[in-house]
Amino acid sequence: MTRFDVLVQVMPRDTLLDPQGQAVGQALTALGFAGIGDVRVGKAVTFQLDRPDEDAAKRDARAMCERLLANPVTEAFTVVVEGAT
Amino acid sequence: MRVAVVRFPGSNCDADTVRAARQAGADAFYVWHRETTLNGADAVIVPGGFAYGDHLRAGAIARFSPVMAAVRKLADAGAPVLGICNGFQVLCEAGMLPGALMRNAGQRFLSRPVTVRIENTDTPFTTAYANGAIFRMPVAHGEGRYVASDAVITDLEREGRVVLRYVDDNPNGSVNEIAGVCNPAGNIVGMMPHPERAADPALGETEGARVFESVLAGIAHSSGGPQ
Repeated sequence: MTRFDVLVQVMPRDTLLDPQGQAVGQALTALGFAGIGDVRVGKAVTFQLDRPDEDAAKRDARAMCERLLANPVTEAFTVVVEGAT
Repeated sequence: MRVAVVRFPGSNCDADTVRAARQAGADAFYVWHRETTLNGADAVIVPGGFAYGDHLRAGAIARFSPVMAAVRKLADAGAPVLGICNGFQVLCEAGMLPGALMRNAGQRFLSRPVTVRIENTDTPFTTAYANGAIFRMPVAHGEGRYVASDAVITDLEREGRVVLRYVDDNPNGSVNEIAGVCNPAGNIVGMMPHPERAADPALGETEGARVFESVLAGIAHSSGGPQ
């Protein structure tokens, strides 16, 4: 069994309005940062996962996203798995 | 006529909902979310609030509460199930209603009256309304922007499953001004506005009471007469 570090990033789908991202973008512009493009705000979830190999860790992490961590209607997710150092 | 009102940690419209259901003549009672049965309920209401603090997403954790298996079973048997506000979010997360509720387009938490129109009087919660009835009910939500895929929206509109629509003013940016929807069978309904807060003359609005009167009339009818 290996302990993996899992990073899940969940973002609002590109086709959907992200008012939070818009507000953050406006605030950055107001602070004087020029050239701010499309800003989107999502969330990151990290956890450790004991699995026999990286494929199993990835597969289960994706299953967790599909069942709980992301809402498939509104959110897209990416999973990064790294062997613990 | 027994109406169960589910209580999660963080529910805060449960007492108002029980009161409104009782006022309509129901034997309404609370069911704690750890329960696995609904104590003989004929209908279930998932009330508003912030179940589990809305952690992760509104309704995302609540849908795994033990009581939700019982709610799903009763709904599958055709019993009326209503989700109000956070309850609507819970039913969407549970996959019992289509779509999802996202952050209000204007970013703000909204707590104010809105004008709505009844678009479908065939659900167990809307039979006591005239079709097209327009009235006011309060909304109180930060995540009330109804979204769904284009295919789902097309189906909802074609099948008359938009139960309630905002009129004149779309408070949260919902697609097609959608304020409430139902499942294909029509027995599961979700809405963002709060009928239980518009069910007493002391609160200014009373038209919300018909939501509770509707379900009572339906159950009484199906069991052969008023109880």
